Amino acid sequence: MIELQHLTKRYGDIAAVADLSLTVERGELLVLLGASGSGKTTTLKMVNRLIEPTSGSVTIDGQDAAALAPHDLRRRIGYVFQKIGLFPHMTVSENVAVTPTLVGWDRTKTRRRVRELLELVDLDPASMADRMPAELSGGQQQRVGVARALAAGATVMLLDEPFGALDPLTRDRLRASLLRIRREIGLTAIFVTHDMTEALLLGDRIAVLHHGRLVQVGPPRELVRAPADDYVAELMSAPQRDAAAVDALMAGGDAQ
Amino acid sequence: MSEQLALLPAYLTGHLQLTLLALAVGLAVSLPLGIVAARVESLERGVLGVASVIQTIPSLALLAIMVPLLAALQVQSIGYLPAFIGLTLYSLLPMLRNTVTGLAGVDQSLTEAAQAVGMTPRQQLWRVELPLAMPVIVAGIRTSAVWVVGTATLSTPVGATSLGNYIFSGLQTRNLTAVLVGCVAAALLALALDGTVRALEVGVRRRSRALAWAGVAALTALCLSTVAATAAQAWGRGGQRPVVIGAKTFTEQYILSEILARHIARETGAPTEVLASLGSTVAFDALRSGDIDAYVDYSGTIWATIMRRETVGADGERVLIAMEAFLREEHDLTLVGPLGFENAYAMAMPRATAERLGVKTVSDLARHAGALTMGGDYEFFARPEWRALEEVYGLHFAERRSMDASLMYQAAAQGSVQVISAFSTDGRIEALDLVVLEDDRRVIPPYDAVILAGQRLGRERPEIISALQTLAGAIDAAAMRRMNLAVDRDGEDPGAVAQAFIERLGGAGMTDTTIEAAQQELTDSLGAHPNVVGTAIGLCAGTPCIKVYLARDDEALRRRIPDTCRGFAVDVEVTGRIRPRDRNP
Repeated sequence: MIELQHLTKRYGDIAAVADLSLTVERGELLVLLGASGSGKTTTLKMVNRLIEPTSGSVTIDGQDAAALAPHDLRRRIGYVFQKIGLFPHMTVSENVAVTPTLVGWDRTKTRRRVRELLELVDLDPASMADRMPAELSGGQQQRVGVARALAAGATVMLLDEPFGALDPLTRDRLRASLLRIRREIGLTAIFVTHDMTEALLLGDRIAVLHHGRLVQVGPPRELVRAPADDYVAELMSAPQRDAAAVDALMAGGDAQ
Repeated sequence: MSEQLALLPAYLTGHLQLTLLALAVGLAVSLPLGIVAARVESLERGVLGVASVIQTIPSLALLAIMVPLLAALQVQSIGYLPAFIGLTLYSLLPMLRNTVTGLAGVDQSLTEAAQAVGMTPRQQLWRVELPLAMPVIVAGIRTSAVWVVGTATLSTPVGATSLGNYIFSGLQTRNLTAVLVGCVAAALLALALDGTVRALEVGVRRRSRALAWAGVAALTALCLSTVAATAAQAWGRGGQRPVVIGAKTFTEQYILSEILARHIARETGAPTEVLASLGSTVAFDALRSGDIDAYVDYSGTIWATIMRRETVGADGERVLIAMEAFLREEHDLTLVGPLGFENAYAMAMPRATAERLGVKTVSDLARHAGALTMGGDYEFFARPEWRALEEVYGLHFAERRSMDASLMYQAAAQGSVQVISAFSTDGRIEALDLVVLEDDRRVIPPYDAVILAGQRLGRERPEIISALQTLAGAIDAAAMRRMNLAVDRDGEDPGAVAQAFIERLGGAGMTDTTIEAAQQELTDSLGAHPNVVGTAIGLCAGTPCIKVYLARDDEALRRRIPDTCRGFAVDVEVTGRIRPRDRNP
């Protein structure tokens, strides 16, 4: 369970995130949705203290995040982001094994875990383990990224637009993989995106941020049915507008 | 070629001692400093700024400035230390700059990923940032290595042995083979070091064990062989510190230093070492600080630049007496004695020009100077003698050019300058048909070549002082000129010329009984002839000989005197009743 209480981040006079309180239940996937600059990435990074909050607190499974050394905290939390960030000087298996090594697992246990995870993210360990990141496609790289995030047995995962840079087909496959993995290991996750469709498809609940403030939080259906304000309403109608435009195009009319 | 290659182990060892340690210390300083500077932005500019400023100092000047700086700190100011410090400073910038840029160039998403997977700042540095910056950092190390190997050749003038010894002495003594050997050896060393570091880096990066180990092995071998050679050198001396003889940067000094060193070794068995190519006042400072034990200087130089006395009208004998007292009282140095010749600064011109202009004296020259160009060695125009010449004669040349002493004579012969500050013992004056102008107002002081010895010899090694004393009066101007010419014109090695001299001297010096026996035999054969004032052992054109002094010329008597006696030349001089001062001790 992740609890954010009155979380605020200020840069000078500007509040990137203002007085945000949210709870993510165990095993739940919460989507943070908003436009660029709405404060969703800042919120996410305050959870694993890549950004230190100006005020407010983060509690994970009942433990105050600020009470731990940052690196200890982060070893328990998986982090996947759009730029992937695989270490180019390490092989695939070394990348996945980074956190287990830091935590001090022995070789055999680590090796077994790496195999297991590569299989979990649909990569063939035999052919992939010793490759360098540069030899992989973007989709394969992000699969390794997900495996790395889960390596040390993290049950909490933070994902910052993890599929944003991938082509649509690859993105679809990876979304499917993520949903399967979630089910298999019961992850508690926060998923940041600005893609409405992605939010609707993946999220158990969606939290909409606007100018650093939480506007509405609830299951997708509720947000579509009863948007709290015009901004949410407009956001929620975006996939339907797209679908309508596509339909119109198919019918031979004007896309507008 | 083979005698040059024989010097290679010593020079190469010296070069490696300098470069490897300077690079190692440079790396040990710049890597941590670069890491800190890469993190603290305010520090980055300062650190790189300082390193850049150091880099803009010409490398020779950077090494040379270490000498007075270290002397002021009262530590070894000549030899290894100043060269080592200069080179270390010089190695900093490429390594420092590349460390900073290498670390700054690490993709921010990777440092974020490193943080996010739970690395501590230290783990981020060692596991992610340094490995990723490594190619850039190694490029900096390689640049430094090539620079330092090249620049280390400039440590010769501050007294550190390096491959530069080949280049400096080779240029001075027109020994192109030596210059070539020095350049090629330095270039090969630079390539080897560069290649080794590169192999190491590529091996690590591509995870090629073989390549990495080859690099490690080559580097280790290089370090070990340097250490071994250093140890062998020390062991070869049997732990005894060698007697170090200094030499300034011209041919005569190379020859004389070799003569002193070889003579000491032969007479006393003490190990000796020559520290060649020292700057003029560097040599005196080195003697004072004990970095060298003896060298040959010229009375006028000490008189004018060290004692700062009035040069005009100075008298030879008076100068020597005052100098002896000054050196003993002020600096605790020993004036061992004059070698027997004078090597004065002299204004020289090509004969044809001098005759066309009708110039015989410096006063004559002053009238034409406005249309002439003068060439001087590096220090001449900064010396008090020049200021005195300018002042007393009113010398004002159209142009003055400083150049290397070895090029000066050629420049005059080719007409690119019309007057030069020649050295009176230089064989090239004659060889290139130059004439020396008379210093008619006696502005230039006497320049008797004198052997100076440092405190250590004076206090602890009287046997070496005695050995040096036997050289007093042993070389006259003709002999010196001939030896200089053998090197400058005929391309002989200064060491070989010195050796030949020592052997000739040894014929007399080592077996004094023989020449004395010859003298005795000659004296006996002449009987108590009324016209024979006496006999003496002296020098004829640099070779020991027996002199016979006659009261007046006597044809019959001359016929009775043989040309040689027991292999020694016999020289007859008519001196009147007064027997000239015996030059030989």
